[in-house]
Amino acid sequence: MTPATYIGHHLTFLNHPVGQGNFWSLHVDTLVTSIILGGLVFGFLSWVVRGATAGVPGKRQAFVEVCIDFVNEQVKGIFDKSFSFVAPLALTVFVWVLLMNAMDFLPVDIVSKGLKAVGVHEFRIVPTADVNTTFALALAVWLLMIGFAIKVKGVGGFIHELFCAPFGMAKITANPLSWIGALLLAIANFGMNLIEYLSKPLSHSLRLFGNMYAGEIIFLLLWMWASTGVIGTTAAAILGLGWSIFHILIVALQAFIFMMLTIVYISMAHEHH
Amino acid sequence: MDINLTLLAQAVVFAAFIWFTARFVWPPLMRVVEERQKTIADGLAAAERGMKSLEDASARSDEALKSARAQAQDILAAANKQAVQIVEQAKATAKAEGDRIVGAAREETQREVAQAKDQLRKQVGELAVAGAAKILKREIDPKAHADVLNELAARV
Repeated sequence: MTPATYIGHHLTFLNHPVGQGNFWSLHVDTLVTSIILGGLVFGFLSWVVRGATAGVPGKRQAFVEVCIDFVNEQVKGIFDKSFSFVAPLALTVFVWVLLMNAMDFLPVDIVSKGLKAVGVHEFRIVPTADVNTTFALALAVWLLMIGFAIKVKGVGGFIHELFCAPFGMAKITANPLSWIGALLLAIANFGMNLIEYLSKPLSHSLRLFGNMYAGEIIFLLLWMWASTGVIGTTAAAILGLGWSIFHILIVALQAFIFMMLTIVYISMAHEHH
Repeated sequence: MDINLTLLAQAVVFAAFIWFTARFVWPPLMRVVEERQKTIADGLAAAERGMKSLEDASARSDEALKSARAQAQDILAAANKQAVQIVEQAKATAKAEGDRIVGAAREETQREVAQAKDQLRKQVGELAVAGAAKILKREIDPKAHADVLNELAARV
């Protein structure tokens, strides 16, 4: 097995075509892993919450409360308005992304050996290393952002801001030159807003994707080295341990950043210019 | 990067999880947390009230102690005054009684002196009469010479 086939094998999705063309296919591995993880963690949360008591909480409830309170504090710190929807959204994003990122810690070769035994030959275990997942999340947040902006400012206010922020509006007088000035300013404003609205979901999703993908690649390179003999195995084990420990930080940090950006984008949508 | 239908599927899954969290996880837990916060706040407020009433009670007891002390002081002062008064009164009574006794004794003495003087005078008169009778060798009629005798007695 050459390095290229090894890495290529681990970077191939379990693709299931559902129609004609490249677009009409599903990454079964991404979907299954993310749904199982989400089902587990949100099932766990709702199970704990159902048995929650207002009295002295047990260890399990205390843990869940600490997690939820952590998210709640972040939301409160950014939002000073009602955040009845944003806080659960942030919790969903944080917990789900954290778990999907954490799949990076599973030893890929053991997982793929096990799956091969049941007839699955290609499987990528980290859903956030699939750009579809990160784009799905980022675009959902983006739509919510636009939805909140329209809800807060109205359709008119939203369109007004597209053309009148961030540079403001020129005063229109009887002078025809001022009309041209106003038009140019509106175009500049719209251009800036266009860039902003495009860059938000792109940076939001690609940051997470890039980090997780890079982490996955580095693991793969280390495991490939591990197959080259005693020295390679020892070195890869030591470096793999180091990278895993460092990756704990990245996994948690990227989940946290993704959540924070979600909150920030939605709170920005509430701002009036 | 192969964008495909997975994106939409993941977005739907995401929406479902958001809905689930917003419906079944967040509100019940927040309710529980807020309830506990309220309980703790109530407890703290009750403790505050207890502390306050303790302060009030100790202030009241201080007040009562102070007034009792003042009252005791007053009573003591009054008792002292009364004692002094009683002693003064007793002194005065005793003095009056003593004066009275002394006066009575003096009167008695004077009376006895006067009596003794009278007796003496009488005896002197009698002696004078007896002497005169011896000198004159005859009976003198005391009646006839009463004025002389009395003059004599008065001179003694």
